[in-house]
Amino acid sequence: MNQLPRLRASRALAIPLPANGAKSLIETLAFAAAAFVLLILALFVAPHARAQGGFDVIIGLTTDKFPDTERALNELPGAGLATAPDIVEALVANRLYFNGPARKLYFADEAGKMFDAATGESADVMASALKKVRINNAVRRSLDAARGALTLMSPDPAKRKAAADSVFKSRDATALPLLEAALAQETVSANRKILEEARAAIIAGDSGANEVQRLEAIDILKSRGDQDAVSVLTTIASWSEGRVKAAADSASSVIQAKLALWRNVQNIWYGLSLGSVLLLAAIGLAITFGVMGIINMAHGEMVMLGAYTTFAVQEWARTSHPGLLNYSLFIAIPLAFLVTAAVGILIERVVIRFLYGRPLETLLATFGISLILQQAVRTIFGANNREVSAPSFMAGSFDFGSLQIGYGRMWIIVFALAVFFALQFVLRATSFGLRMRAVTQNRRMASSMGIDTNRIDAMAFGLGSGIAGMAGVALSQIDNVSPNLGQSYIIDSFMVVVFGGVGNLWGTLLGALTLGVANKFLEPIAGAVLGKILLLVFIILFIQKRPRGLFALKGRAVEA
Amino acid sequence: MDIAKNSLLYLDGVSVSFDGYKALRGLSLTLAPGEMRAIIGPNGAGKTTMMDIITGKTRPDEGDVLFAGSHDLTKMDEASIAELGIGRKFQKPTVFESHTVDDNILLALKAPRSALATLFGKPSADTRARIDQILETTKLKDHRLRLAADLSHGQKQWLEIGMLLAQDPKLLLVDEPVAGMTDAETAQTAELLREIAIDHSVVVVEHDMSFVRDLGVKVTVLHEGAVLAEGPLDVVSADPRVIEVYLGR
Amino acid sequence: MEARKPLLLSLIDGRGAIFLGILTAAAVLVPLLSLVIPANSAFAIPAYLVALFGKYLCYALLAIALDLVWGYCGILSLGHGAFFALGGYAMGMYLMRQIGTRGVYAHPELPDFMVFLNMKELPITWWGFQSFPYAMLMVLLIPGLLAFIFGFLAFRSRVTGVYLSIITQAMTYALLLAFFRNDMGFGGNNGLTDFKDILGFNVQAKETRAALFVASCIALGAGYLIARAVTESKFGKVVIAIRDAESRTRFLGYRVETYKLAVFVLSAMMAGVAGALYVPQVGIINPGEFAPGNSIEAVIWVAVGGRGTLVGAALGAIIVNWGKTFFTGALPEYWLFALGALFVLVTLFLPKGVVGVIEQFKAQRASANKGGTAAAPAAE
Repeated sequence: MNQLPRLRASRALAIPLPANGAKSLIETLAFAAAAFVLLILALFVAPHARAQGGFDVIIGLTTDKFPDTERALNELPGAGLATAPDIVEALVANRLYFNGPARKLYFADEAGKMFDAATGESADVMASALKKVRINNAVRRSLDAARGALTLMSPDPAKRKAAADSVFKSRDATALPLLEAALAQETVSANRKILEEARAAIIAGDSGANEVQRLEAIDILKSRGDQDAVSVLTTIASWSEGRVKAAADSASSVIQAKLALWRNVQNIWYGLSLGSVLLLAAIGLAITFGVMGIINMAHGEMVMLGAYTTFAVQEWARTSHPGLLNYSLFIAIPLAFLVTAAVGILIERVVIRFLYGRPLETLLATFGISLILQQAVRTIFGANNREVSAPSFMAGSFDFGSLQIGYGRMWIIVFALAVFFALQFVLRATSFGLRMRAVTQNRRMASSMGIDTNRIDAMAFGLGSGIAGMAGVALSQIDNVSPNLGQSYIIDSFMVVVFGGVGNLWGTLLGALTLGVANKFLEPIAGAVLGKILLLVFIILFIQKRPRGLFALKGRAVEA
Repeated sequence: MDIAKNSLLYLDGVSVSFDGYKALRGLSLTLAPGEMRAIIGPNGAGKTTMMDIITGKTRPDEGDVLFAGSHDLTKMDEASIAELGIGRKFQKPTVFESHTVDDNILLALKAPRSALATLFGKPSADTRARIDQILETTKLKDHRLRLAADLSHGQKQWLEIGMLLAQDPKLLLVDEPVAGMTDAETAQTAELLREIAIDHSVVVVEHDMSFVRDLGVKVTVLHEGAVLAEGPLDVVSADPRVIEVYLGR
Repeated sequence: MEARKPLLLSLIDGRGAIFLGILTAAAVLVPLLSLVIPANSAFAIPAYLVALFGKYLCYALLAIALDLVWGYCGILSLGHGAFFALGGYAMGMYLMRQIGTRGVYAHPELPDFMVFLNMKELPITWWGFQSFPYAMLMVLLIPGLLAFIFGFLAFRSRVTGVYLSIITQAMTYALLLAFFRNDMGFGGNNGLTDFKDILGFNVQAKETRAALFVASCIALGAGYLIARAVTESKFGKVVIAIRDAESRTRFLGYRVETYKLAVFVLSAMMAGVAGALYVPQVGIINPGEFAPGNSIEAVIWVAVGGRGTLVGAALGAIIVNWGKTFFTGALPEYWLFALGALFVLVTLFLPKGVVGVIEQFKAQRASANKGGTAAAPAAE
């Protein structure tokens, strides 16, 4: 339905660039030539480079040739070097240096202090006088394996887990002895499980191992049951025969069926998440349009004002009360409600009340207001997107089965439902709600009962606008805060209200969630844009069939 | 089925409900050709719903609605029913406010209704004469070039009745024709309706008892979506059930 | 019923006479001042201004089309920009096919963007567009067909009022998203541009500009006369009746859906023609034309001029767009403020638009004259 909540560029997705990526061509050529000469020299001049049965890992890392680097890394875990973990970590962090002619390898710590990689003693060299060891994809794979093998013994359980994971992925048979050793020592049961799976991945893929062992290993992989297990199993099935192949095939299809189920669960979850965003955007409209019958085209701009209020509160907290920064949303929510409710009441008093009973004119006038509000915000805050940071409690995620649930999405769903039920409470259980319902059902009767209908109109419009403002606070967490924020929600919001049935809040709830989930199920099939188009077409056709929505009020009262 | 064949309008066991609220429960009613009938009943008795069903605006959940013995009205839309010869006057006067009185009658006048006919067709020769005649009947001749919006409330009611006449229907459904009229206007309207009833069948829904008495026709009392009593006004108004419904509670 | 005048003359009232007079004068003077008068003369009109005026005329035709459905039939379409854009795309496709081998990739058949997208052959949707008559037929048929399908479904289901407005808006929004997609085969978000020839004439040439301007004048005049013929007929009276009291019209035996559909389709076709003339004059058509905001802006032109007056709609389109040109040049920051305020003020204070105000003023003067007896007629 709606534009996808855009992901902020996360650091996890960024691709590390080679450190010397920006060097000029001449430099690179000179460097390569020098490296070549040095290599030749190294082969002839320094006999100890090939000492100890052929290969010295330290020297392998100083030749500046990828195959050597790769081989050195492969042999590093078994080479018995005390500094091996430091070397690997330095290479990962791009802090591993070498001096080619001297065949010396150095690593820097995080502070930039240099150490001799062979001895681990601090070295008096300048990083600027050295070259960095370079990485390509092949090297990176070896690096990951080496790192995995080396950190299997790390005292930090989290590091051991990561190491076991990387061994599982590399299925490097040479790591098997280390794996066994680690398994013997491992005490954390979750880590044991991963280690066993990693071992299973290696054994299952070892054509030399006996069949019973391999079948057992396949069972273990099957119980792991994720996409990685599937890819290991399909590789094994592709070159195995007989019972092993059959077992691998059946295990991977069992896992895939389970994964498909989880994908559906995930679609539903994402759909609910999108639905809650739609609900937030539409719920204020359900009051102004659904209950009061006012077509407020500036509704999206109320959402936008709410988002800018959040931004303003955060800026204030950042500059004058940094301690409050993490909690600024709790200030922004009520403030956004008040700001947008005030703007809404102003609009109602100045424009809309003169247009009651003329819905098409109201539509045009409020569209004009939306243009003015957009331009006003653009003039005050600038046309660019504004950054609203997420508080710590909305960052991160937790696992539920195979599903990763982000706290951000979760809290937005909770917030949307909270707003919904709070609104239901206001309408059903407060005297304002009672009077408002009275006015919308029979204005003249309500008026003669002593209800100030003008005031109720203004308050109700303010309420709808205020809720839109609160929606803006939530949307500022997932969408770009820009003057155009509201425009992307206005059509969707109307669709939700019309689809759910005008004048029925429960219909709005169900409509929003239905459209959200439908959108997420269409997306993988049709693509994001086409999915949205299909949904729009569906709603257009749906309105033809049931012009008054899912939960239409029937009878002559609504015909009038 | 004989009753159905011989009647102009035949409703049998008609029920309809809106969201569980039963607006009509087994309503049955027959109207003979040429007959004029008054229908009374308290609010919510189902009078307007009955009209909606006859004119095709609402579909009944069950029951038969036949016109002139053979046309099943439950299967037709408003336009076809109107073409069949059923005209309807609304409770609130609804005339075409931005058209002149003349044009209002012209639009109602019996003539081909298709878009092609109205776009390219020419008015028939006697159009002017018929409009004049209707304006004469409804006492609107002096106002024929005024916009309908500028007419008084009573004049609008008459214009609407005039439009019904122009349609020349076999059956007229008239919903509360004297609501909001002065006494003089009410009397004139009763006279107008009696005149119309000479060569049309008419169903009048009305609250105003003195007006119904003026009409002097058979009366049907509706209550909670069904017929409570039927007969001359004096007999009906003496019926204890009717008194209970109107005065009791 | 009165003594019958020849059909065409009977359609032209006082307002229409002024309108058509100005239009004719423009169709004669603008090409003259652009082509004949030397460029350094104070009266010469540069080619870019000719194209700008031509653009206004296209907008005016769109406004008349919109007035036909909104002003007369009460259907507030917030999706008329879609019909305009579809007409524009049909013309754009013709112009693209005329480029031939002069494109960057010099492909004999495929437009540049298709070559760029690695398309191997011309999609079926593009077949026939090298022919001008076929393209012109599509200019009418594509918007007409969309309006027919959409209107058939919507009117049959009795979707009215704001609901209709909202789904027309959803319609143009869906088309906006669709045309942004490259695999639709209509140039994605860049749209169609870099046109070379129309009917063998260079689209950039002064003479072609002037000819397109005259064509726009003729289309606008013809559109106005067709709209007048429709609204002045009994058909038009039924349409107004539908606007004022839909169910009354229905109970009189008129099939309201058919009438609405006829007006809607006619109006969509007029909008399509406007779009088709617009594209060669501005030199580009892209999905932005489908933006819902454009359609709503067209509604305000009609409101400003006075809906249900036809001439007013055209006038409103020209006034507002002239204002837009002025503001976006001189005070770009304030254009949206001005446009927004225009929406609010017109709906609040000028429900009948500029033409309504003029009429009211005339009526007041007329009644004042009546009251003022003898003195007044001398002034006339």
